[in-house]
Amino acid sequence: MSTSKTPQAGFLAIELDGAGWDGVDLSRAVLAAESAGFHVATFTDAPAPGRAHALQRAAFAGPVTRTIALVPEVDTVYTEPFHVSTQLASLDYVCGGRAGWIATAAEAPEAAAAVGRSSVSGAALAQEAAASVEVSRRLWDSWEDDAVIRDVATGRYIDVDKLHYADFETPAGFAGPGYSVKGPSIIPRPLQGQLPVLAAASLVGEGQVPAGAVDAVLVSAPTPELLAAEVRDVRARLGASVAVIAELDVVLDSRGQAAAGRVAGFDSGRAAYACSAAGLTDFLAELLKEADGVRLHPASLFVDLEELGRLVLPELRRRGVLRPVVQDGTFRDLLGLSRPVSRYAAASDATAASNAVAPAGAGK
Amino acid sequence: MTQHTRAKSDVFTPTGQIQFGVFFQGVNSGTIWKAAESGSQTDFESFRRIAQTAERGLFAAFFLGEGLRLREHLGRPHALDVVGRPDAQTMLAALASVTKNIGLVATQNTTYNDPADLAHRLASLDLVSGGRAAWNIVTTDNAWTGANFRRGGYLDHADRYKHAEAFVETAKRIWDSWETPEGPARRVLHEGQHYTVDVTPRLPRSAQYRPVLFQAGDSPEGRNFAARQADIIFSAHPKFDAAVEFRKDLVARSVAAGRGANAVQIMPASEFILAPTAAEAAEKKEWVRSLQIGPQQAIAYLEQFWGRELSAYDPDGPLPGIDPVVDETSETRGSGFHGAKARQLADQWRAEAKDKGLSIRQFVTSRTARVDATFTGSYADVADRLAEYARVGAVDGFNISPWLVPTGLDDIVNHLVPELQERGVYPTGYRGSTLRGNLGLATPVRTADDAAQAVRA
Repeated sequence: MSTSKTPQAGFLAIELDGAGWDGVDLSRAVLAAESAGFHVATFTDAPAPGRAHALQRAAFAGPVTRTIALVPEVDTVYTEPFHVSTQLASLDYVCGGRAGWIATAAEAPEAAAAVGRSSVSGAALAQEAAASVEVSRRLWDSWEDDAVIRDVATGRYIDVDKLHYADFETPAGFAGPGYSVKGPSIIPRPLQGQLPVLAAASLVGEGQVPAGAVDAVLVSAPTPELLAAEVRDVRARLGASVAVIAELDVVLDSRGQAAAGRVAGFDSGRAAYACSAAGLTDFLAELLKEADGVRLHPASLFVDLEELGRLVLPELRRRGVLRPVVQDGTFRDLLGLSRPVSRYAAASDATAASNAVAPAGAGK
Repeated sequence: MTQHTRAKSDVFTPTGQIQFGVFFQGVNSGTIWKAAESGSQTDFESFRRIAQTAERGLFAAFFLGEGLRLREHLGRPHALDVVGRPDAQTMLAALASVTKNIGLVATQNTTYNDPADLAHRLASLDLVSGGRAAWNIVTTDNAWTGANFRRGGYLDHADRYKHAEAFVETAKRIWDSWETPEGPARRVLHEGQHYTVDVTPRLPRSAQYRPVLFQAGDSPEGRNFAARQADIIFSAHPKFDAAVEFRKDLVARSVAAGRGANAVQIMPASEFILAPTAAEAAEKKEWVRSLQIGPQQAIAYLEQFWGRELSAYDPDGPLPGIDPVVDETSETRGSGFHGAKARQLADQWRAEAKDKGLSIRQFVTSRTARVDATFTGSYADVADRLAEYARVGAVDGFNISPWLVPTGLDDIVNHLVPELQERGVYPTGYRGSTLRGNLGLATPVRTADDAAQAVRA
């Protein structure tokens, strides 16, 4: 099992919380992040006064951007897996294949009370997350890429043989109320085939969400100094097939004001870095030798975004530690993932299965 | 905005105006996919094109349907019609960034959504769109749809409006929970037969106070529900005399509900087939119908009533002489057909088709075409007819289903709208930037009762 990343440049993500709900502010934030050269924008959905639905904020950003991946958090515990799957597939359509999903598992009892369910905790959270991710993955595959045939001669809009029931059932030993999802999906296969799924590293592993169910994990540590070691540990634990993204709170010196003076302190539990742009640049360049990507959580979105775009990202690009931004690329492209063939296509055609290669761009 | 709204009164007063909405998209035979001009049903560009064309034509609203389970025919997904649709609110949030004034209406089910989650998502859409969101309230009760959801089928048909009304009341309280834009929120509690809600809502009121409510039920129960709760009813009665009757009926129900005669607007579903002359429009109609109901669709239509495969029959020949194999019709799941006495129906249909000299295809076309809902004619003639609806206040507008995507509104926007504007019955600009303002709806007033029901967190 590999314990180091493959030797290629990394990517940078930015959490856009703080842009609010207003369309003008949302556009301004996501366009600033895109023009600064960020590869990924994330949208937190942790309940907080004034925070609008993350997936809708991401959807709003879709048509006004070209390159940045749009990745909302969506809860897996108190949501309907069928709706979540449809919403995420729809997001992929409105942003041209740049969508991803940070699958979260709500722990707050308030989240349970809102929908009138018993509170889920402990190991049951990962079970709920694993089930919901599996439902989405099956539904995304439930229309093969070439299911819409529009065959005028036979009068068929779709080829029914290329639609499949998901027939998901929660496994034996499922702690919460078991459920089933029939399928097929209500929307054709997403542009990427499968959206990249991200989750906190603490939710992924043996006895939790299987490493094979996610494409990337988010790794936190109490201090910046401990972050690189934590990234190495997680990679050793989960294997090389899962991309590792380090989490970092940042506050930069801005307009003559020292970073330390700009915030009273962070209380997110993430590693926090308060310093000059040059200091952060050096730190990120080192960190990206270990992590596939770093997600930044700016203390003050618009202030820090300006400094990052002006001073940090250009220097990182100059040093060659950032992957190039690709016009019209997908989020899978950014993560180095090929476009997968539907699991049902492979199952329904044995000959195809034995030749199941060259999936990139198939049927898009 | 307020100068356009009408004071509460028990007497209905026509506005003398009509407005348009567009319904995109029907997953049924109404949308033509076989023509060279038929575009993608899933690409974002199709949605953007329709929404922006509608906005150019000063349409009040852009509607999206909701899919919860794919239609099935004889036990397999139905193959012959357009199928596959996006999540309504995700698509509308995206369209909010490429439109400015048009209302964004999401059809959403009260049976397979949670009130707190749905109210939060609608509030989010309302805020990101600057006060342009609306909810088209629908109910479902069948267990077949429930197979895609955690709870499965759980609701009795008889309970669906009771459940829906409790759901809508809860959503309204969630939207009413922030008294000022800064908060704090009032905690909302609801304990009902089918669910409980205990939530401290996260979002303030929008520029239009809260999402506009559309409703489409047509049974007496559904109409009463609309009269009590809805801002607009998406009716099934576009034909002039029926529309006038429906208006009278709804006004009476709305007055009885204590909301006055002018509180609920009416927008029937409709289809337009237009051309410069009446003769060209009639010719176009033939073409549209031939593509809507192809030979395979005609046979499939009969199959759902016969309960057996009928592919050996000639679509251009007479109705099948053999009898249905079922006592009750095998519905095409998800299409709204419900059980009927199959043999009786077959006898009736054979007699009717023979009587009128209709082939299978002609007979099915006559049954499935939106006979009452279609306005066919020259731009000027149709404008004259619509002006009459406006004059008497038969409807407040029409909800148009385009039969072609994405160019299906072009004729309407380029030719019919200017004719209507010349007649003084159609807006010449958006009144404001919110949907409520553009529709001329009154801003909801938070009642003392509402406030009393909300427990301060």
